[in-house]
Amino acid sequence: MTTPLTQGDITAEIHEAHQRYAGHLTAGGPVRPHPDRDYAPYRSSVLRHPKRPLLPTGDPEAVELTGPVFGVTDVTELDSDLVRQHPGEPLGERITVTGRVLDRSGRPVRGQLVEIWQANASGRYAHQRDQHPAPLDPNFTGVGRCLTDDQGVYSFVTVKPGAYPWRNHTNAWRPAHIHFSLFGSAFAQRLITQMYFPGDPLFAYDPILQSVTDDAARDRLVATYDHDLSTPEWSLGYRWDIVLDGPSATWIEEGR
Amino acid sequence: MSRPTLPGPRADLAPTPSQTVGPFYGYALPFLGGGDIAPAGHPETVTLHGYVLDGAGTPVPDAVIEVWQPAPDGSRDGAPGSMRRDPVDGAFIGRNGLVFTGFGRVDTDADGHFAVRTLPPGGVPYVSLAVFARGLLHHLYTRAYLHDASGLTTDPLLAALPAERRATLVTTPERAGVHRFDIRLQGDAPHEETVFLDFG
Ligand SMILES: [Fe+3]
Repeated sequence: MTTPLTQGDITAEIHEAHQRYAGHLTAGGPVRPHPDRDYAPYRSSVLRHPKRPLLPTGDPEAVELTGPVFGVTDVTELDSDLVRQHPGEPLGERITVTGRVLDRSGRPVRGQLVEIWQANASGRYAHQRDQHPAPLDPNFTGVGRCLTDDQGVYSFVTVKPGAYPWRNHTNAWRPAHIHFSLFGSAFAQRLITQMYFPGDPLFAYDPILQSVTDDAARDRLVATYDHDLSTPEWSLGYRWDIVLDGPSATWIEEGR
Repeated sequence: MSRPTLPGPRADLAPTPSQTVGPFYGYALPFLGGGDIAPAGHPETVTLHGYVLDGAGTPVPDAVIEVWQPAPDGSRDGAPGSMRRDPVDGAFIGRNGLVFTGFGRVDTDADGHFAVRTLPPGGVPYVSLAVFARGLLHHLYTRAYLHDASGLTTDPLLAALPAERRATLVTTPERAGVHRFDIRLQGDAPHEETVFLDFG
C-alpha cells in the first residue's frame, strides 16, 4: 500500500518543474506558453500523454487549416445568461465575464463559438460524478454558449464559482475557475482552457494551473477585475481576453 | 498577381495557455446527434469508431473526440447547424438532415468507446480528429485515414512515416462501411502509440 500523496509532495514537484523550466530559459530555450502534456504533479497526465514527439506538419493544404462554423441555429438567447436559465435566481455572487478573442496577429475572431461550464457558487458541478458534498443549486446549471461579435467580443452573465476539492492528492483543492472552449477560423486554433479569478489563495497549490510553468503565460489565465464592467446593484465585472494559438498558414485566410 | 501582405504573429500577443477539459464537461460539451455528421439515412454513410486507450492499455471513459472534415464534394467551408437548438426550450434537436456541417463531437462511453457516422471526405483521404480528456493538459490532433479512400498511397504525411507508425493512422476494415480507429494516447508495448500532429 502506498502512502497518500500530500500537498507537500505535490508542491515540491511543482517547484522542481518550475526550476527545470527556468533552467531551460537560461539555456536559451524558447518560451513555452502551453503546459507540458507530461506534467507529473497532475497525476492524471502520467498515463495519458504521448511519449513520442508530435509530428510537425507544414502542409499548406491541410484540412486543419480550415474549421467548423456555427451560427444562429446553434445558440439561443438565454445561453449566455447563466442566471436566467431557471425559474429562480441562483445563489452566489453575480458576475459578468467578457473579453475579446483574437488570433496571434491581433485580428478579432468573429462569429465563432465560445462555450463555458463551471461549478456553482458552492463549488459543485451539476454532474453525477461530482460527489463533493456541497449543495446543488436548482437554479443553476453552469453551462453557457455564445458567438463572438464583429469585434471578437464574447460576454456571459453568471455567478462566481466556488473552489472545490479533488483527489489528485490529500487536501487538493481547485481554485475557482470557469472552463472555456473556443473555436477559431482553423481547427488547428482550437482551444480548451480555464479562466481563474484574481488573488485566489489556492493558485500556488494547484497543479493544473501550475502546469503552465511560464510565469507570464500563467498570469494570462487570470481575469482582471474591472470596476467599469460592474453593473450598479446587479453584478461585478471581470475582463478576460483570449489569444488563440495556431499555425501561421491560417493568417492567409481572410474574413470569417 | 501579387499576394496581399498579411500580418504575422505579433510579439505582444502571446497565446492563452491550454488547460485540461477536466472530468465535468459532460453536461456542457456533448450534444444530441453530435456523432451523426452524415444526414440520416444517407446511403454512403460510414461509421468510424474505436477505443481511446491510455499507456496501460486501459480504456479512457472521459475523453471528447471532435471530428472536422471536408464535405464529399471537397468543400471545406463547413456549415452551421451541428448543434441545432429548439428556440422554445433551448434543447438540442439534432441536425436538420440536409446540411453537411463537417463537424462532429462525441464523448467516450464508460468503456472508452466512441463512434461517429459520417460521409467520406472529398479531396483528402482522412478526417481530422482532436482529442480532449481529463489528464490531457493540451489537446491532441490526429487523423483517421480511411483504408479504402483514394489518395491513400500518395498521401505525403503517410508516406513519410515508417510502416508501424503509419498503421496507427489508417482505419481497420470491419464489416462494409465500418471503420475501426483506436487512439492510443501513450504507447503500451507491444502496442504502438498513435501518431499525433503538430500544426505549428
Ligand atoms: Fe473544473
